[in-house]
Amino acid sequence: MTIDTTLSRRSVLKAGVAAAGVVAMPAYLRAQPAPVKIGILQPVTGALAFDGQQGLIGAEMAIKAINAAGGIKSLGGAKLEMAFGDVRSTPEGGTSEVERLAGENVSAIVGGFASPICLAATQAASRYDLPYIVDVGVSDQIVNRGLKNTFRFAPGFGIVTAQALENLVKINDAAGKPAKTVVLVHEDGLFGSGLAKLLQAELPKRGFEVLDTLSHPTPARDMSNIALQIRAKNPDLVIPSSYYGEFVLLARTMQQQRIKPKGIYAILNGAASNYRFVKEFPEAAENVMDCNHWYDPRNATALAIKKELDAQGKFFTYNVALNYSGVLLLADAIERAASPDRAKIIAALETSTFDKHIMPYGPTKFVNGQNTGAAPVNTQVQKGDIKVIYPDAFADAKAIYPVPA
Amino acid sequence: MFAPDIILAAVLNGLMTGAVYALTAVGLTLVYGVLHIINFAHGAILTAAMFAAFFAWKIGIDPYVAVFALAPIFFALGYALQRFVIGPSSHGEDRNILLVTLGLSIVIENLLLAAFRSDTRSIDVPYGFSVIDLGFTFLSVPRVVAFAASCAAAAILWLILAKTDTGKAIRAVAKEKLGASLVGIDVAHVYAVTFGLGAACLAVAACLLLPTFYVHPRVGNAYVLVAFTIVVLGGMGSVPGALLGGLFIGVVESLSGLFLGESLGQIGIFLIFILVLLVRPTGLFGARA
Amino acid sequence: MSPLRAYGPILLLGAALASMPFFAASNTLLNAMVLALVIALAAQGWNILGGYGGQFSFGHAAFFGMGAYGTALLQTRFGVNAYAAFAAAVALGSAAGLAIGYLSFRSGLRGSYFALVTLAFAEVFRILANAWPFTGGAAGVLIKLDVRAETFQFASRAVYFWIALGLVVAVMLINRSVERSRFGAWLVAIRENEDAAKALGVDTFSVKLKAITLSAAITAISGAFYAQYFLFLDANIAFGPWISVEALLAPIIGGLGTVFGPVIGALGLHFVAEITRAVAGRVPGIDLALYGTLLVVMVAFARDGIIGLLTKARARLFGSRA
Repeated sequence: MTIDTTLSRRSVLKAGVAAAGVVAMPAYLRAQPAPVKIGILQPVTGALAFDGQQGLIGAEMAIKAINAAGGIKSLGGAKLEMAFGDVRSTPEGGTSEVERLAGENVSAIVGGFASPICLAATQAASRYDLPYIVDVGVSDQIVNRGLKNTFRFAPGFGIVTAQALENLVKINDAAGKPAKTVVLVHEDGLFGSGLAKLLQAELPKRGFEVLDTLSHPTPARDMSNIALQIRAKNPDLVIPSSYYGEFVLLARTMQQQRIKPKGIYAILNGAASNYRFVKEFPEAAENVMDCNHWYDPRNATALAIKKELDAQGKFFTYNVALNYSGVLLLADAIERAASPDRAKIIAALETSTFDKHIMPYGPTKFVNGQNTGAAPVNTQVQKGDIKVIYPDAFADAKAIYPVPA
Repeated sequence: MFAPDIILAAVLNGLMTGAVYALTAVGLTLVYGVLHIINFAHGAILTAAMFAAFFAWKIGIDPYVAVFALAPIFFALGYALQRFVIGPSSHGEDRNILLVTLGLSIVIENLLLAAFRSDTRSIDVPYGFSVIDLGFTFLSVPRVVAFAASCAAAAILWLILAKTDTGKAIRAVAKEKLGASLVGIDVAHVYAVTFGLGAACLAVAACLLLPTFYVHPRVGNAYVLVAFTIVVLGGMGSVPGALLGGLFIGVVESLSGLFLGESLGQIGIFLIFILVLLVRPTGLFGARA
Repeated sequence: MSPLRAYGPILLLGAALASMPFFAASNTLLNAMVLALVIALAAQGWNILGGYGGQFSFGHAAFFGMGAYGTALLQTRFGVNAYAAFAAAVALGSAAGLAIGYLSFRSGLRGSYFALVTLAFAEVFRILANAWPFTGGAAGVLIKLDVRAETFQFASRAVYFWIALGLVVAVMLINRSVERSRFGAWLVAIRENEDAAKALGVDTFSVKLKAITLSAAITAISGAFYAQYFLFLDANIAFGPWISVEALLAPIIGGLGTVFGPVIGALGLHFVAEITRAVAGRVPGIDLALYGTLLVVMVAFARDGIIGLLTKARARLFGSRA
């Protein structure tokens, strides 16, 4: 509140002059503005611990970067202060941590990762009109419930699948339609099953024949049978949507069983655009395509982050990029709201056109809480690196398709 | 519906997976047969062993070599765990043993998480992609090794139980605790040895699994339920039963995966499990308990 | 024991807890209490069968899930009123208990065998709920957010707290009356020595069947309340092993076969979890490792649960064995 009074006393001056005046003052005379508390929610223990850990890395880096660049300027350089909550990979954990963070007077929350957690957490936050930026949570139910406080920066299920199909057709057409038959492999959870259902309906309309749909549980102890069936069906294209461990098993088994389709086109895959997989099993990973969240490979900040993480022996996964961008988006909203007030931040998010993020999205535009500027991109593992191959506007490599036998 | 060669390949796959299941179940069935407890820490110990094998490989020791060091090490760990933690703190009450092993599993899993973070790690051994070409399918060499070694380990364990004095003491305690202690058998020691043997089996299983699988702090959980199932199928406390049960479950899982899909196929295992329990609770291969 | 001595302490505890929102109105605390009470309810159900009857189940998730899915699906698929759905879901849960009990007790399953068969049933339900389109498959079920008293949704956490507390207190009263009934005595006789009970003419099969049906109904209440509180479910939440474990952990820690045991156990474990969380610092996993250690230590020093410890302390202080 001290900030407000100092600002109003100076209101006769033009804002710019006032700001310049503040900057010109010697540091020890300047009152340190109260920091703005933001909540970061991630599952760093339990089944989703790896993803939570990655998301946290992204959020922490963004907060550090914002503070290093002078904090929130409209609040006199107020620093962002992180209040972290471990949601334990459960929806109850999500609710509990939102309650705790709300009690600690955070101005907004970023994170959640899994859809069930995001559903519970956004609902709990809505009781306090606490702005909530969903980092990943692909279920479209998250934004379809009419919660005014909920914003999803990344594309949801609907956008990703529509885009994945469209891109597949374009990539296949550009190569002279080498693929006609498809086998779908999917995990039996929310995203895998939903995706498979949609693809089964949509692929035939686009001239592909779905030879088989193979589902598997997570965790799966063995993928040999799936590989066997793929081998028997001998499809041109395999479309897998699985989490990390299962896709690694599948790719390794396929390599072992000498199964070489014309392409592996993964969608929202846990491993196909993961540097760890590429590093540990370069041969199994080579030429695998994925339609997924990914950072903008031409963005200087993104490349700097990658360099920093590489140096620390950590991996730059999409959740790092999404949480980094989510925090930047929030900081921009706080900047424009010029207030840590929750309602004002929500209003600022609603009108956000933020484009300084590190995703290949363009300006942000929220419609009913969904960023309609968001879209997945297509990546491909090429020579031990992960390249963006589509859309052309963000691509840093050309698709290798069909994969040479 | 499926060509015969696919079905045959699936059966072979099932046998190879099943052998490793059997090895994880052998430890559990032994502990059950003697201590009459359901060991909830089983999965966590397997995870710990897989981490041990992983770090052995990191310093240049192949899992197939590391197994000869890890099996005795885990025997000692298991012995100490039962002798100094589970035994004293549970006062011999079943429900308390249940809680202590549950508590231990939480401790082990989360210490691994705190120490090594939650990354999924795998190793790339030179023979990881070697195969034996059977014409209609390729058999993965590390899985064939796992199959053979699991059967061998179960056989060795069975010999220990049948032929050695320790083995006889274990069987005596399993049958009649009071009587065994009256004839001078140190029951606490026998319990600890049994638990140690169970842990050693898990160490062997871990070294056999790692070349084709991966490790993270919760990885062992995937093997717990299936191990329980095998223990029941084979008859609680029976080592040969666990081996047969493991192979059987491996094949059932493989075939029901083929015909019902991998997700729904898991139901096949549990339905068989329930049926066996309801109709013949001493197990398919077990003698009367 | 006079009715006053039997039921008085329960009502007193209920009244004391019910006044809590007037002193400590923080939603963080209320939410934590609601969660602990949900666990307490599930545990109270487990305690009827496991604590009094000595039949340890590892699969109470089956009943929790029936209650949860029942209430959610009746509302979302058939537009049933939330309160009616709640009641129907509890009936569904107890029917599941009856069926599983009939199958397993008829086969004479005891001890670990019974424990494992319940575990297997819960897993079958989990896999089915995850695959069947009617239950929403892997996407789960979302109860429409519509905060009105008619839909069993409330803006205030305090209301949820009072409802949960009311349910827990009601079950404690039921529990006490079971303890004082002939049925309760038979149940304890079965726990102590089933063969002896049978020899004395107790129809052990029907007593166990009644126990599992009541037990399942109470745990189904917990599940139905969970669904109503979080408004979202999937197969792993409703039928996952986590709730089976929580349901047996609380009574064993609190005191098996006692009225207060499951409730004290659930509240105590929640408290311990919060404490370990507060002291553990930022490295993920350390707090849970500490929690697990405390669990082992608690078992080591309080072999008959917290209630057992309290009774012993009282006996030592007053020299009586009340």
